[in-house]
Amino acid sequence: MLVPTPNSSSSQTENLPILPADRHVVIEPRKRWRLLDIRELWAYRELLYFLIWRDLKIRYKQAVFGIGWVVVQPLMLTLIFTVFLGKLARVPSSGGPYALFVLSGLVIWSFFSGALITSSISLTTNAHLITKVYFPRAIIPLAAIGARFVDFLISFVILIAVLIYYRVPITGSILLLPVPLVIALLLLTGLGLLLSAVNVKYRDIGVVIPVLIQLWMFLSPIIYPVALVPARFRILYAFNPLVGIIESFRASILSQAWNGAALAIAAGITLVILLISSSVFRKMEAAFADNV
Amino acid sequence: MKPIITLENVGKQYRIRPARASYETFRDALTEMTIGRLRRRQQDTRATEIFWALREINLRIAPGDVLGIIGRNGAGKSTLLKLISRITEPTTGRIELFGRVGSLLEVGTGFHPELTGRENVYLSGAILGMTRAEINRKFDEIVAFSEIEKFIDVPVKWYSSGMYVRLAFSVAAHVDPEILILDEVLSVGDAHFQFKSFKKLESIRNEGRTILFVSHNMQSVIRLCKRVILLSSGNLIADGPAHEIASQYLSSRVRSAAERTWDDINSAPGDDVARLIAVRVRTDDGAITDVVDIRKSVAIEMEYEILTGGEPLAPNVHVFNEDGVYLFVTGDRSTQPKQAGRYKSTVCIPGNFLAEGTISINVALSSPAAIRFNEHDVVTFQVVDTLEGNSARGNYTGPMPGVVRPLLNWTTSYTPALSTPVISLEDVSV
Repeated sequence: MLVPTPNSSSSQTENLPILPADRHVVIEPRKRWRLLDIRELWAYRELLYFLIWRDLKIRYKQAVFGIGWVVVQPLMLTLIFTVFLGKLARVPSSGGPYALFVLSGLVIWSFFSGALITSSISLTTNAHLITKVYFPRAIIPLAAIGARFVDFLISFVILIAVLIYYRVPITGSILLLPVPLVIALLLLTGLGLLLSAVNVKYRDIGVVIPVLIQLWMFLSPIIYPVALVPARFRILYAFNPLVGIIESFRASILSQAWNGAALAIAAGITLVILLISSSVFRKMEAAFADNV
Repeated sequence: MKPIITLENVGKQYRIRPARASYETFRDALTEMTIGRLRRRQQDTRATEIFWALREINLRIAPGDVLGIIGRNGAGKSTLLKLISRITEPTTGRIELFGRVGSLLEVGTGFHPELTGRENVYLSGAILGMTRAEINRKFDEIVAFSEIEKFIDVPVKWYSSGMYVRLAFSVAAHVDPEILILDEVLSVGDAHFQFKSFKKLESIRNEGRTILFVSHNMQSVIRLCKRVILLSSGNLIADGPAHEIASQYLSSRVRSAAERTWDDINSAPGDDVARLIAVRVRTDDGAITDVVDIRKSVAIEMEYEILTGGEPLAPNVHVFNEDGVYLFVTGDRSTQPKQAGRYKSTVCIPGNFLAEGTISINVALSSPAAIRFNEHDVVTFQVVDTLEGNSARGNYTGPMPGVVRPLLNWTTSYTPALSTPVISLEDVSV
């Protein structure tokens, strides 16, 4: 009887999967400080999209009035501020009707404050994901900001409608709108990463932020113009990066004069915050699953 | 061959701070920074306890390996899976991987109750690492596997728990990574779905994927894995063929579910006529065990005290499997009245009779007049087939249905086939 000679191992290895070298991963304790891995974030962009989509879907499924709140909220606040500050207290605007002035400020402010609050607690509210599956953790605060940005886009459409109603001419200066928006998004990214990471270990952040947000609102030119700030404090005042962002946002839609210095300071501060926070985030993210 | 996963001296340390919340507050941190710094040295040794969840793990896993990870609760199994899944980072050492890792550490990762089944398939799929195009392609297959086609557009909060886990497992089973990491996910769903899930895992294995599998169910481990590692208090203490390591682990286990005793006679099950004292599961050589070799007999021993004599009380044992199927009842047939005193009754269930799985025992003491006690799930034990070829399975290792597994004798008669069929004229005429 013939006994088949056992095949050499070469024919066996052909059936085995080839090791994909591009998916080579080394997991080690972190020693060096590193910045965010942009390439990895890009590879996970679809997850970012799905998390933004989930956030919006759930938020609007649970609210009876749905997406309408995004529109109604700034309009209601505008009405309140216009009546009490614009009419009764006679707070001036930076030019044009006070209602438009305050609405434009509130539209960007509610985006900024909403995104800051939700992103700072985002890691702890998504603890069930962090402890069960790997993905770049920065996706979570980014998704929180992204969902609020979608809200912003909706309320921005309303803002444009109001502008048209007031017959405010829309000029070429609106083309510069992306500049303050990009700075705002980068600033939010920086703050969101930093605060969400710190909040994993020190839960006080989630409590303190809403209080500080109130203070920040009064330190920013939302319901009053920069002109009301005494001249000798203006430079110091501009170290609040929202001064540059809000002023430029208004300037681009209301075709007003640009405050270039304030915008430059805002951009500089944003860059510094982004660099610090992304390396802090990378340092701390290793322990998220253990602490959250 | 080059390993797909390599672990070198991997260790994971946790700090446990007793009498403190799991997170700190700023105030704690500020106190620590100021006055705390002065007495940090004494304070730290007192307040912080260092605990190594894993220690110096060295492991090489070849592509296509199916590795079972077993050990008691707290042995470090889940920590090991979390390290390889990149959920947490090691304190020491180095892990090297080639390929996409899919980790199923629970069923339903990323599911949201407000979203519909369809929406959850996309969300959970994306979280587990699938691209949108991939989910589009596999969507019908996922839904068909879960058997909930009709309810796919209903929010999952209205699902029964069975439907929920079916959909969740189905998404997870279709992720298709090079390295699949599973933690106890096979224990979901009803018997039919468990069987289907197991089949699915076997087919993933047969495609040559590398699988790391944690389970307390030795049967699944033995059936799915060739190689098994045993962890104990964070150390890797054994590594080898599945059935060898499994039996090493099983024999080392402390008896837990296999013995129940009631120390205080007044609170023990029963009444003023009779009370239960103890129930034990013993192997054929008398050792108390909660794991029984399918080929060996197992004895159920019950100890009870009769406080008021004269009644013809008969001990009886009711046997259930893990699905709650009532397998049989057996009772002492003697009808002699029993005198007051302490009794020990034992019944022996033969080997090659019970099927694999977890067996749960009820014990009762009754007479035609009354039931003195009837205690449910007093003891449980696992019936395990080590797949050595001499059980009712023979050399078959796949899933085997049925609530009992008798080893029966077969006779087969044989008539050699004729080279040309002979057809008689009578046959044709019929």
